[in-house]
Amino acid sequence: MIGELVTLLVIFVLAMFVGFEVITKVPPTLHTPLMSGSNAISGITIIGALIIAGAADNQISSILGLVAVMFAMINVVGGFMVTDRMLHMFKRKPEEEKK
Amino acid sequence: MMDALAKLTYLLAAVLFILGLKRLSSPATARTGNWLASVGMAIAIITTVVFYTPVEWQYILIGAVLGSTIGLIFARAVKMTAMPEMVALLNGFGGGASALVASAEFVKYYNAGGEIPVNFGVAIMLSVVVGTLTFSGSLVAFGKLRELITGRAVTYPMQKTVNALILLGTLALVTWLVIDPANPLPFGILVGLAFLLGILAVTPIGGADMPVVISLLNSYSGIAAALTGFVINNEGLIISGALVGASGLILTNIMCKAMNRSLANVLFSAFGSEVQETGPAGAAGDRTVRSLTHEDAATMLAYARQVVFAPGYGLAVAQAQHEVRELADMLQDRGVVVKYAIHPVAGRMPGHMNVLLAEADVPYDQLFDMEQINPDFERTDVSVIIGANDVVNPAARNDKSSPLYGMPILDVDKSQHTIVLKRSMRPGFAGVENELFFHENNSMLFGDAKDSFKKLIEAVKEV
Repeated sequence: MIGELVTLLVIFVLAMFVGFEVITKVPPTLHTPLMSGSNAISGITIIGALIIAGAADNQISSILGLVAVMFAMINVVGGFMVTDRMLHMFKRKPEEEKK
Repeated sequence: MMDALAKLTYLLAAVLFILGLKRLSSPATARTGNWLASVGMAIAIITTVVFYTPVEWQYILIGAVLGSTIGLIFARAVKMTAMPEMVALLNGFGGGASALVASAEFVKYYNAGGEIPVNFGVAIMLSVVVGTLTFSGSLVAFGKLRELITGRAVTYPMQKTVNALILLGTLALVTWLVIDPANPLPFGILVGLAFLLGILAVTPIGGADMPVVISLLNSYSGIAAALTGFVINNEGLIISGALVGASGLILTNIMCKAMNRSLANVLFSAFGSEVQETGPAGAAGDRTVRSLTHEDAATMLAYARQVVFAPGYGLAVAQAQHEVRELADMLQDRGVVVKYAIHPVAGRMPGHMNVLLAEADVPYDQLFDMEQINPDFERTDVSVIIGANDVVNPAARNDKSSPLYGMPILDVDKSQHTIVLKRSMRPGFAGVENELFFHENNSMLFGDAKDSFKKLIEAVKEV
C-alpha cells in the first residue's frame, strides 16, 4: 500500500520536473495559449469521471460522475478548441493573410 | 494484461501531451502541438471507455454531450479580449471535475462499508479540497474579470485571521476524515469549507493582480487532476496533472517577478484596495501636463523613424487592437519602423496583449518582450502608450518611496517623445501618480483609445 503510494509520488515529482523543463521554453508571446492548452490537458480527469459515471455503483456516485464528465468535457473541448482558434491567429508575415 | 495495456496507452497519451507542450516553444509549431495534445486526450478517452466498459451509458452520454456542446459554444463565442475570463472559467471546471470524481469515490467507499485505506483517504480529501477551492476561487476570479463583482481588492477587519482559521479547520477535518472516513457530515462540511476558502482567498486580490491568480488557479487545477490520479490509481492522470501544475507555477513565478513582488505579497497584501482619485483631467497638484491634438500627434508619428506601441489593459477595454494595427500599417507604408513593447503583466493574464494583437493580424515578430525592447527605446522617436500605466511609470526606477519601486518597467521615457492615450488622469492600479505624465517630452491624448486611433488614422492620411 505504502509502496504503491511512493511509486506514484515518484512519478508525480519526475513529471513536475519534465513540466518545468518543457514549459520554461515556451515564449511569453504564447503564454495565453499555453494556459488554455494546459487547461485542456488538466481535463484528463475525464478518465476518472468516465469510470465513475459508467460504473453504476450507486445513484449518487453516478450523478456526481455525470456532472464530472460534463465539467471535464467543457474543459477538454473548450480548452483545445479555443487554443486552436488563438494559435491560428499567430502569423509571421502580414502578407500571408491579406485577402 | 488488460490493465497493463490500458496503462501503456495512458502513457502514450501523456507522451503526446509532453510533445504537444514542447511544440509550443515556437508560434510556427504551436498549432500542431495543440493537435498532438488533443489526439492524446482522444486516446485517453477511448482507452477508458474500452478498458473500463461502462455498465451504464446514459450518464456518460448525457454528461459528454452537454459538456462538449457548452465547451464548443464557449470556444467559438468568446472574444479575444475576454480570454482571461474564459481561462478562469476553464480552470474552475477542471478543478470542479476533479473534486466531483474524488467525492464520488468517497461515496463509493462509504456505501461499501466506510473503510478507506489511508493512502486513498489522503488523496481523496486533498483532491476534494484543492478541486473545490479551485472551482469557487475561479468563479470569483471570473466575476472580477467580467466586472460582475468589484475588481478592487476587498478587505475587512480580521480578514487574515478568519482565513487562517478556516484553513486550519479544513486541515483538521482532512486529518479526521483520513483516520475515520465513514462520516458523511464532516465530509460535507469539508466541501463547504474548501468552497468558502476559495472565495475568501481570491476576494482580497485586486484586478491587476489577476495574472498571478489565474496562473495559480491554473496550477491548482493541474494539481487537483494529479491528486485524482492518486485516488483512482492512474499514472496518466498524475503525469498530466503534474505537467499542468508545473506550467501554472512557472507562469505564477514569471508574473510575480515582473511585478517585483513575492507570491505571498500578491495573495495577502490586498494591493490596490485604495486608489486616490484626482481630477478627471488637467493638472494634478501644481505640476503641468501637456496634452496635444490628434493632428499634432499624427504629424509626429508620420515623420518618425521608429515608433513603439506599448499596450496595456486599456487596449483590451477599448478593443482598439484593429485600429492600432491599421495605424501601424499606414506608418509602415510611410517607411516608419513600428514595434510593439509587451510587458509581462500588461493585461489581465500572461500573454493577453499578444493574443489581442495576433487577432488584429499583427505579425508576431513585431512583438518584443521587455528585455528585448528596453535597449531600443533610446533609438525610438515616439512611444505610444495605450492604456498602460504602472508598467511604464519611471518611479519604479527612480523613486525609492514608491510602492512600485524595483518593478521592471518598459523604459518608454527614454524615447524622444511619448504619447499617452488615456481616458483621464486617474492613477493606475497601484494607486500611484505616474511621473511619466509630467515629463517634458510627454503629451497626453485624452479619450477612448479606439476613438483616438480612428482620429489619428484620419489625421495621418492628411499629413
